[in-house]
Amino acid sequence: MNIESASYAAYIVAALLFILALAGLSKHESAKAGNYYGIGGMAIALIATVVLAIDRDIEGLGLGLLVAAVILGALIGLQLARTVEMTGMPELIALLHSFVGLAAVLVGWNGYLHIEAHPHSFDARVLEHADLLGIHSAEVFIGVFIGAVTFTGSIVANLKLSAKMKSAPLVLPGKNLINLGALVLFAALTVWFVIDPQLWLLIVVTIVALALGWHLVASIGGGDMPVVVSMLNSYSGWAAAASGFLLNNNLLIIVGALVGSSGAYLSYIMCTAMNRSFISVIAGGFGIEAGPTEATDYGEHRETNAEDVADLLSHATSVIITPGYGMAVAQAQYGVAQLTSKLRDKGVDVRFGIHPVAGRLPGHMNVLLAEAKVPYDIVLELDEINDDFADTTVVLVIGANDTVNPAAAEDPSSPIAGMPVLSVWEAENVIVFKRSMASGYAGVQNPLFFRDNSQMLFGDAKDRVEDILRAL
Amino acid sequence: MLIGVLREAQTGETRVAATPATVGQLLKLGYDVVVETGAGAASSFADEAYVEAGATIGDPFDADIVLGVNNPADQQLDQLRQNATLIGILNARLDEAVVADLTSRQITALSMDAVPRISRAQSLDVLSSMANIAGYRAVVEAAHVFGRFFTGQVTAAGKVPPATVLVAGAGVAGLAAIGAAGSLGAVVKATDPRPEVADQVKSLGGEYLAVEDPEAEVSATGYAKEMGDDYNARAADLYSKTVPDVDIIITTALIPGRPAPRLITAEMVASMKSGSVIVDMAAGSGGNVEGSVPGEAITTENGVTIIGYTDLAGRLPAQASQLYGTNLVNLLKLMTPEKDGRLVLDFDDVVQRSITVVRDGESTWPPPPVQVSAAPSAPAAAAEAPVKEEKKPASPLRTGAIVAVSALVMFVLIAISPDQLQLNLTVFALAVVIGYYVIGKVHHALHTPLMSVTNAISGIIVVGALETIGQGDGLITAVSFVAILLASINVFGGFAVTRRMLAMFSRS
Repeated sequence: MNIESASYAAYIVAALLFILALAGLSKHESAKAGNYYGIGGMAIALIATVVLAIDRDIEGLGLGLLVAAVILGALIGLQLARTVEMTGMPELIALLHSFVGLAAVLVGWNGYLHIEAHPHSFDARVLEHADLLGIHSAEVFIGVFIGAVTFTGSIVANLKLSAKMKSAPLVLPGKNLINLGALVLFAALTVWFVIDPQLWLLIVVTIVALALGWHLVASIGGGDMPVVVSMLNSYSGWAAAASGFLLNNNLLIIVGALVGSSGAYLSYIMCTAMNRSFISVIAGGFGIEAGPTEATDYGEHRETNAEDVADLLSHATSVIITPGYGMAVAQAQYGVAQLTSKLRDKGVDVRFGIHPVAGRLPGHMNVLLAEAKVPYDIVLELDEINDDFADTTVVLVIGANDTVNPAAAEDPSSPIAGMPVLSVWEAENVIVFKRSMASGYAGVQNPLFFRDNSQMLFGDAKDRVEDILRAL
Repeated sequence: MLIGVLREAQTGETRVAATPATVGQLLKLGYDVVVETGAGAASSFADEAYVEAGATIGDPFDADIVLGVNNPADQQLDQLRQNATLIGILNARLDEAVVADLTSRQITALSMDAVPRISRAQSLDVLSSMANIAGYRAVVEAAHVFGRFFTGQVTAAGKVPPATVLVAGAGVAGLAAIGAAGSLGAVVKATDPRPEVADQVKSLGGEYLAVEDPEAEVSATGYAKEMGDDYNARAADLYSKTVPDVDIIITTALIPGRPAPRLITAEMVASMKSGSVIVDMAAGSGGNVEGSVPGEAITTENGVTIIGYTDLAGRLPAQASQLYGTNLVNLLKLMTPEKDGRLVLDFDDVVQRSITVVRDGESTWPPPPVQVSAAPSAPAAAAEAPVKEEKKPASPLRTGAIVAVSALVMFVLIAISPDQLQLNLTVFALAVVIGYYVIGKVHHALHTPLMSVTNAISGIIVVGALETIGQGDGLITAVSFVAILLASINVFGGFAVTRRMLAMFSRS
């Protein structure tokens, strides 16, 4: 056994630990263990790589920089993790994705600088001898391309999620042609680069990819962000896998493929939940069709106040709360949790109905409610709870709109037609917490607000929930 | 509008069209309800119970909408107001005289037994709800007459074999009978010309006896249809072989609008053991069993009892009334879209169209046929709008083609690669598959932690940068430094944030 073979073994062990980590994360009981498996795998991989680097006679300065970079990165990362608000989780995750993308770009550039820029170096000759030089060039190109798309895409997602950029979809004329053209250009440039690895080609493809990533995500509306974040997660995995091919490193390939395919599958699940085609998600700009429809007169909505809602709740037998992004924005989850425990103490059956795409991140609502200490066994998903609305006394819709829109089920001309929604309107009473009568992210008016059994409670969700708590 | 609930005029009818519970639901739809005195007496619902539920006791013929169970008697029909709406099991499909009589009056008549068998209308399908009760009751009647246990036992006084029950026709009634007989402990066998019900029979613990038949096919109307001679000969063969060994036979075979098929002949009955029981649930429409008498239980010379009661559902009056009443409530929900107590008859809705016999004195019978086994039709409001094509599950052929193409692409790709790349591609392909399966059953609530963990893990790209730092080239080292920094933020931040999130999930 030498250092090389030991590090190879360590990589395989690390890869297996990562698989265990993902498997563990699919159940509540094993989730924490899963996270520790992941940490363990990462530690083994890092130690093995550093040992390998030292074995390859790394320069003193290089080692110093390595340690400095890891420590600095760790400090920044831990600080971010400690301070992030749970409501800000989507932005953070999008930002972290962009780091992976950028790192992949840099690794790709390094590959170029190491081999193609020095065609007469020892390593380059070895590759040339094995007839692998062309493949190496292709790998550099692909790695840089995927990495750059992930990078700018994630940056745009981050900006949109943190409301620093308008969340409305960007509509450039011929946007599908732009995307397709960028891909064709990429393919052509790859062939050229394989034949003749010139620096300017690498620069051009980097710029094309950066622009494509920006355009892809910019053309997607804010309401579809959960899918986008999960899709970028997948892209970042593919970027890592591409780097693995470049460096001939199986660990990177395995992990990249794991993350890439699991992320893609997760996006697919969410697309099904929103009744969207998976292909059009990957192609970008799929939020377009959800444009505002003609104004229809749905009649008058009714307004209510906190005291009446409190009265209604205390006499209810069964209450279902369906939160949406509005709850996250208003930071109302603590009040909602308090309300839940108060009602449960009174013997009211309180449950939560979570739509798969509620919030701006898959599972966003679950995280927020967990943060506020709502027990997870009363937090149910769409399929588990949808049949129970008819027997429910009161439904509280807190900051959700499109996910409870009856038009999706009843109006085939609606832009969100066919999307599975929580059928809250079947309940006896529906209380909708809302700032104003504006439409949701999909830009679709919600006939729910005008139903006879619906009442509107206007204002900031957090304040209103506290008002109800006081009245109780 | 005012809803009137009739006291049934037909002798022997024990059901009533509304119970105190359904009266409450009718009131919620915005209607007022008046119940004829004594209407619910036979179902053990006292007038006081109706009053308590919010109805008044009075003359139902004042009402705009009159609910009944059976066809009202002539003098009841005469008392209906002009333009009143009559809803009941009017039997329009079988009884042309009824249709003619109803058409001669200035009323609207809706026949509950004509509800099409589509998923959306299941909640108002009175034939189903009554058949369910009747099937259950048929077993109870048979058990009452049968001189033995249904269940097998080993006792100190000797071993008791279980009774064997044959159910002919696995429709709603048949399935209810299978379930009821099975839960009493009997060995249950069932036959049906529709092979697709085999699984339903098995799911209730019965054994499905198939008639080998090339012409058997999925029914387009949801009901059994009349079978060809060849089939009948084979079925008769199956019955004559099976019948001598069974203790109880319950026949439920009905074909809408046709006399019931003769399944059990006199010879077969004669081949049964003394003390056996046959319940012919189709006795009212001709009988599945030779020798059955509608409404009566008779005993043959060889000691087999043939029960031909036609009021099996009515023998559980409170239950039957409750389910029928709920069917009516569901219909009125459909026809009261505004929940304001105003009845709207919408002819664009296939359900409402199908049950309407007479509209405002004009005959609308028979309704256009409804295909039910095909894709469900769009909801009424959607009738005009373009309907998006239903997403079909990928056909095996298509899936096969996709698999074949991907396999071919992988094959070519790997085959033309140099050794080194070959190995890498193998690892890559396997890892993609693992990633897909590992994530397959992830709990929805864990999506966010999962994503942040995969995010942390994809920070493994740091390895790529670690390998290249400090290997002699200053530019590469600088670039690697930035890459390591970014990836480290990702790794540490990702794991830490996941830990923080997971710590919050707790069970009550």
